[in-house]
Amino acid sequence: MAESKIKRLQTTKLMKKVMADHFYELDAAMKAGSPKIAWCTSVGPAELLRAMGFLVYFPENHAAILGATRLATEYIPVANAIGYSPEICSYLTADIGAYLKGFTPLSKAYEGIESIPKPDVLVYNTNQCRDVKDWFEWYAKRWNVPCLGIESYVNVGEVTETHVAGIAGQMKKLAEDLTAVTGNRLDMDKLAEVVDMSRKCSDLWRDVLEMAANKPTPLTFFDGTIHMGPAVVMRGTQVAIDYYETLLDELRQWVKDGVAAVEGEKYRVYWEGMPIWGKLRENAELFLRLKTAVVASTYCNSWIFSALDGKDPWNSMARAYTELFIVRDDDYKEEYFLKMKEIFDFDGIIFHDARTCPNNSNCRYGLPQRFQEKTGVPFVTIDGDLNDLRCYSEEQAITKIEAFIEQLGERK
Amino acid sequence: MAADLFAGIDVGSTTTKAAIIDRDGRLLAEAVDKSGYDFAGAADRVFAAALAAGNLERQRVGKVVSTGYGRRNVAFADESRTEIFCHATGAYFHFPEALTIIDIGGQDNKIIRVNAQGERETFAMNRKCAAGTGAFIEEIAYRLGLELGELNAMAEKSEHEVSIGSFCTVFSCTEILGLLRRGAKPEDIVKGVFRSVVKRVIEMDTIAGKVVLTGGVVAYNPIIATMMAEMLDGQEVVIAPHPQVVGAFGAALTASRL
Repeated sequence: MAESKIKRLQTTKLMKKVMADHFYELDAAMKAGSPKIAWCTSVGPAELLRAMGFLVYFPENHAAILGATRLATEYIPVANAIGYSPEICSYLTADIGAYLKGFTPLSKAYEGIESIPKPDVLVYNTNQCRDVKDWFEWYAKRWNVPCLGIESYVNVGEVTETHVAGIAGQMKKLAEDLTAVTGNRLDMDKLAEVVDMSRKCSDLWRDVLEMAANKPTPLTFFDGTIHMGPAVVMRGTQVAIDYYETLLDELRQWVKDGVAAVEGEKYRVYWEGMPIWGKLRENAELFLRLKTAVVASTYCNSWIFSALDGKDPWNSMARAYTELFIVRDDDYKEEYFLKMKEIFDFDGIIFHDARTCPNNSNCRYGLPQRFQEKTGVPFVTIDGDLNDLRCYSEEQAITKIEAFIEQLGERK
Repeated sequence: MAADLFAGIDVGSTTTKAAIIDRDGRLLAEAVDKSGYDFAGAADRVFAAALAAGNLERQRVGKVVSTGYGRRNVAFADESRTEIFCHATGAYFHFPEALTIIDIGGQDNKIIRVNAQGERETFAMNRKCAAGTGAFIEEIAYRLGLELGELNAMAEKSEHEVSIGSFCTVFSCTEILGLLRRGAKPEDIVKGVFRSVVKRVIEMDTIAGKVVLTGGVVAYNPIIATMMAEMLDGQEVVIAPHPQVVGAFGAALTASRL
């Protein structure tokens, strides 16, 4: 195999350490029985859990590792066989399937870790989908631990005070229920501090992603899917803040030095939808070959929570977790793409229609066509999945992407 | 001898096609063979067959462009382009106006819209499913014990076309078993199969302007064009000249412009 031309940021090494520390800390807590462990959905109320003293584990991160290591497709059928359809979230099916087979990729990556960390409580937010709740409830029943959560709104246009009050109320009730698990009452000063740290992390992560507004861009969507780890699993901690400060410094240096993530960058495109975890490297290399920088994505932007504010933690958390792209209606999404186009100046959009992730597949209700009609921005849709490679035809995807870039070339 | 000709090689999922043209885009020779398991070998074979068919010498062929799924397996090609690009280029050469090009291939379908200047506006391919492709027709023919070459004539005879509703090829076969049990005639089933192909194709994307059909399936089954025109409410539907080699022809045109 030819040597990869993907340029790696030095900070990637630090990320490996940060992630290893995260998993070892969880493993030690499980073995010692303290601190207590909460599982949390990726855009769930992590700040509240940290403020109440929990270590927080994110199963979606684990499922993505199963995908990236190409093991997901092996375990999905195990969950299918117990009644979880191949059409539902392949994070859920891969994760449960792997658990049923007694496997975790963490054992391979981190010596001494034998299993995923058993939770004392599972906490979801349905802002992204209902599947996360089903997923968590399966484990809750298995381990006889509480499964608590926030039932969110869907298809929200403007986020109103009614939405905010509704979610903030659920969050306060959640804090009371969590008190029963920890035995400790929530310290509001601590919550404010964690919310502020999470906001700081979010701002830094946004700054990192917006470095791709530079031409040429120093980072792509594929780099983003790697470097987003701390923003997902460690937001609300100093570790995440330090990490993104380091990464941002390096990216600024790259921009100063004129380092291009894609040598000879000719085209810039936006990725809408989930990554295809098992094909990250192949896709990154395909775009390199096509001199095309995938400069931005809704997916990596999902961990930007600009509303967070320690001075008003409940309402700001409620707003931050409701104003996410995935919670919003199509009018909002069209406006959002327009804003992204202004920031990143891309030539076209690639929509990934992920078979098992309808909420992250925004090409099913005519949105790409409407957006193209309104703005002239061309698009292509590729069929695939986040984790289930049985739903992905690599040859067809390559042809579609190459044909799309040829099409962009005809316009330049 | 100066090279004055250009070639396009389209290595498709089912068949490999070659087209040789002159500077004015006149098609001098073409050839088609099964792609099989050896794409490079198939490319060599069709190129040799096209040269022989046109009684042309290899030295006269200058640039070669490859296309199709096996485009990267054609060692003697100077460059490659996607089949989307080549079908659009080939069809637009014949019909230089705003078009919707519909290619019904062995394992995939493409719908490509080009504007009056020949620039692509959108394209779509079938999702990862054989419904509406040549593979669907082949499977049904196999199940019914019919030769591919007799399907068009059979469908022409149909008086009471039956409806086949399933998306899935396997479910369609089961549906056909039920129709046969209830006494449906083979010609009515075959016409229903073609109707199913047309439905699967036209639901893939918006179809605007003149429709140009390409690919091997319409080359052998022109009834599809008639049925599609009926279903598109009088929109003009034509079959491209030499429909099976439009991709290779587009590749040859591209070679002539390198």
